[in-house]
Amino acid sequence: MSGHHDHDDGCEAMTPSRRAVLGAASALFAWSCVPKMAYAAPGARDPRFVVVILRGAMDGLSAVPPLADPHYLGLREGIAIPKDGENAALPLDGFFYLHPAMPNLARLYKAQQAMVLHAVATGYRQRSHFDGQDVLESGQMGPGQTRDGWLNRLLEVLPAGEAISRKGALGIGVVPPLVVRGQAPIVGWAPPVLPRAGDDLVMRLMDLYGQRDPVLAKAFAQGASIEKIINREGMAGQRARGGPDNAEGMRLIAAGAAKLVNADDGPRVAALAFEGWDTHANEGGATGRLAGLLRGLDGALAAFETGLKDRWKDTVVMVVTEFGRTARVNGTVGTDHGTGTVAFMVGGAVRGGRVIADWPGLKLENLLDQRDLKPTMDLRAVTKGVLTDLFGVSGPVLAEKVFPGTAGLAPVKGLVV
Amino acid sequence: MSSDPGLTLLGLHRFGLGPRPGDLARIGGDIREVMRAEIAGKQVASIAGVSFASIREAAPALRDFSETERMQREVRVAAAQPMQGPAPPAAATLAPAAAQGTVPPPAAPSGAIASPQTGPAPARPPPPEPPLPQRTYREEVLGRVHAMLEPLGGLSERLVAFWSNHFAVSVNKGNQVRTFAGLLEREAIRPHVHGRFADMLLGVEMHPAMIFFLDQQQSLGPNSRAGARRGRGLNENLAREIMELHTLGVAGGYTQADVTALAHMITGWTLAPPNGQEGIPGTFRFNANMHEPGEQLLLGKRYGEGGFERGKAALADLARHPSTAQHIARKLTRHFVADEPPASMVARLAKVFRDTDGDLQALSFALLDSPEAWSAPATKMRSPQEFLVASARALGRKPEIGQILGPLNAMGHPIWQPGGPNGFPDSVAAWASPEGLKTRLDVSAAIARQSASGIDPKGLVEDIFGPAASSETRQAILRAETRYQAVAIALMAPEFQRR
Repeated sequence: MSGHHDHDDGCEAMTPSRRAVLGAASALFAWSCVPKMAYAAPGARDPRFVVVILRGAMDGLSAVPPLADPHYLGLREGIAIPKDGENAALPLDGFFYLHPAMPNLARLYKAQQAMVLHAVATGYRQRSHFDGQDVLESGQMGPGQTRDGWLNRLLEVLPAGEAISRKGALGIGVVPPLVVRGQAPIVGWAPPVLPRAGDDLVMRLMDLYGQRDPVLAKAFAQGASIEKIINREGMAGQRARGGPDNAEGMRLIAAGAAKLVNADDGPRVAALAFEGWDTHANEGGATGRLAGLLRGLDGALAAFETGLKDRWKDTVVMVVTEFGRTARVNGTVGTDHGTGTVAFMVGGAVRGGRVIADWPGLKLENLLDQRDLKPTMDLRAVTKGVLTDLFGVSGPVLAEKVFPGTAGLAPVKGLVV
Repeated sequence: MSSDPGLTLLGLHRFGLGPRPGDLARIGGDIREVMRAEIAGKQVASIAGVSFASIREAAPALRDFSETERMQREVRVAAAQPMQGPAPPAAATLAPAAAQGTVPPPAAPSGAIASPQTGPAPARPPPPEPPLPQRTYREEVLGRVHAMLEPLGGLSERLVAFWSNHFAVSVNKGNQVRTFAGLLEREAIRPHVHGRFADMLLGVEMHPAMIFFLDQQQSLGPNSRAGARRGRGLNENLAREIMELHTLGVAGGYTQADVTALAHMITGWTLAPPNGQEGIPGTFRFNANMHEPGEQLLLGKRYGEGGFERGKAALADLARHPSTAQHIARKLTRHFVADEPPASMVARLAKVFRDTDGDLQALSFALLDSPEAWSAPATKMRSPQEFLVASARALGRKPEIGQILGPLNAMGHPIWQPGGPNGFPDSVAAWASPEGLKTRLDVSAAIARQSASGIDPKGLVEDIFGPAASSETRQAILRAETRYQAVAIALMAPEFQRR
């Protein structure tokens, strides 16, 4: 063992001089001892927080079409969502509508448990998926800093003794999303494809790694810790059907994640990713390719609601994507990489039933670079608002540790009940 | 030079495919000479057991297959029209729900997602012959994995895998990429893996697998003859990935205007239509009617009118751009040596790339001759594909297709099926995740169950680690309670997983 992490119970032992000796490597860890004063009391709530990343850049103008914007139809020939008739868009606030493939989300919106944020974006203004996702997940000002993710750093600033930081973050998938990776403990799960190896083998390898390879030892120990819940919840025998780019796969992933996050001894925060949103060609409108993906997402949201049971009232599921797509349909009946898009907040803890948007309009001169929906709200300000309300983390801590360099970006208030 | 067991094992893991029983003794001398000889001889495997010699055979076959499918679908729909009747005939690949009345045939053009393994079917007719795209994919995967069992060193195969991931396509895109992905590697990567980067780049960007994967076939110049007529237009997907991923790198100094310019210059890079009147259906064709006319400005350089040759010239310029040299040098070092590649080595490789105009053989020699590559500790994690191949070699197994597809899928590394055009990740954090490691153990256990019966654990240690095994690993293997456990522990040992 590298030796600087065995102080879980020992904030008192971390005298300033000791901290100085340990140096930069443990600076983040040391911080977790400070918060005793840096937090408002989170109260009686034992919150749950799930981040769903849509990889490939979801078309926000199709997911939540602004049907009352006079320029919408003209830009979206062949892929516009109809207001009337079969497969009509589902009304939200009279200006914005919801894609017809998302009836569950519409129901939750009516029940004031879902919120739409429109014309949002991260601080990233280029159009690379991979850099865009890295910025979205790392929470850093720009690309190229992929050492850890903002959800992992959140755990590091929460009081060390509480369940939320003790249980770690759940990263769904054989390769967990960057947003949960980092120094704070993570646990993993993916719908299993193979029968699991026996416990005795696991113990023997833990022993070997403990002697020879601390990195593998740590990853292995974290993997073993969640096994107990998986067995208890009867998830061990289930096998994967479909991947994260298909409706059944999305539903299974969400149902599994919900069970683990719902468990009293399980992780409180989780992140997962759905794929396939890069609709350059044949995007479809009310039906078609994007509609199929949105239907999958809608089913996943319902699975979260069902699986989180009594915890739903304390839950926020945040659905985000790296950027939006061009306002105008492209040459292949799809859309190219853009900027502004939508985010969803879903869950019993969400002050829902609202579309929050400072709508820039779709008139040509109002588009960013005359091509993209112009972002008018920063996704980091939204996320900081949720983290403040849900976990009681103060703005300065968020601006220093979780989303570094965002001191000038005030958290959006009043998102959580 | 006398042999150093630690160095031999490091070389076989870092630059090769891992030892088979007897290989450690066979190498005897300096592992570097084994690898150098492979590069000097430009030894690259040819793939056996595949149906199609080239895209010129595969593309028309896929056209015929799609035609037949379409006709059968129409027949089925027509048959279902008059009555709400019985389930469709035995060939049913349609979901049962679609048999209800007047459901239109599923519109499944290029964007459709083919699911590799759907759930168990409710009824159980005799397993049908897998359709052409799936069958071709399986042949290509099997051929590729079996080719990796042959060489003693294996640097060429490692390089093929590296470039294949650099120029990634995903078979999830649909039937075309599923059928052509293996051919992309055989036709555009293997021939140039010891040749020139510019030739590999051009071969890849003109290959139907890449053209389909990034939607290039439909991209029209807005002011081209066809563009004006049809009112459709540009798709900048391929142009963007050429610069971001294939050549300059994302920080390589280009702008949105450069992306649009390159997209204009490669309009008309499309595929011959099914009717056969404009070349072999489905193979590359330059269609001048789709090409954007007029001058273009790319990275500060003016390109006059010029049709197909203009796009080729742009790719040649991108191939020799200093940003490309830097991007490739860094990625290669990162892949073979360390997540945080030694700057001195990256600089050296970039210089070789620039000085030789992208001669990949020279680059491979520079890689092997870098002292950093032999002094850096084995901190990289074998990728799941590397792990699966190394385990087959270690145990002397020749895996069947099911023993390849299932485990690779479970470990998140199915061949030619990454999540996006940036390919699979190449970092320790990605592959040594808690769930990833757990799944790797499940795979090791499954392999061990299948192959442990004839294996002597002591011999296994000598075969795959030799004197370089740590005493802890040696003990853990020899103290296992069963042969099965001993094999699984050997496959999961740090010395086996790291490179």
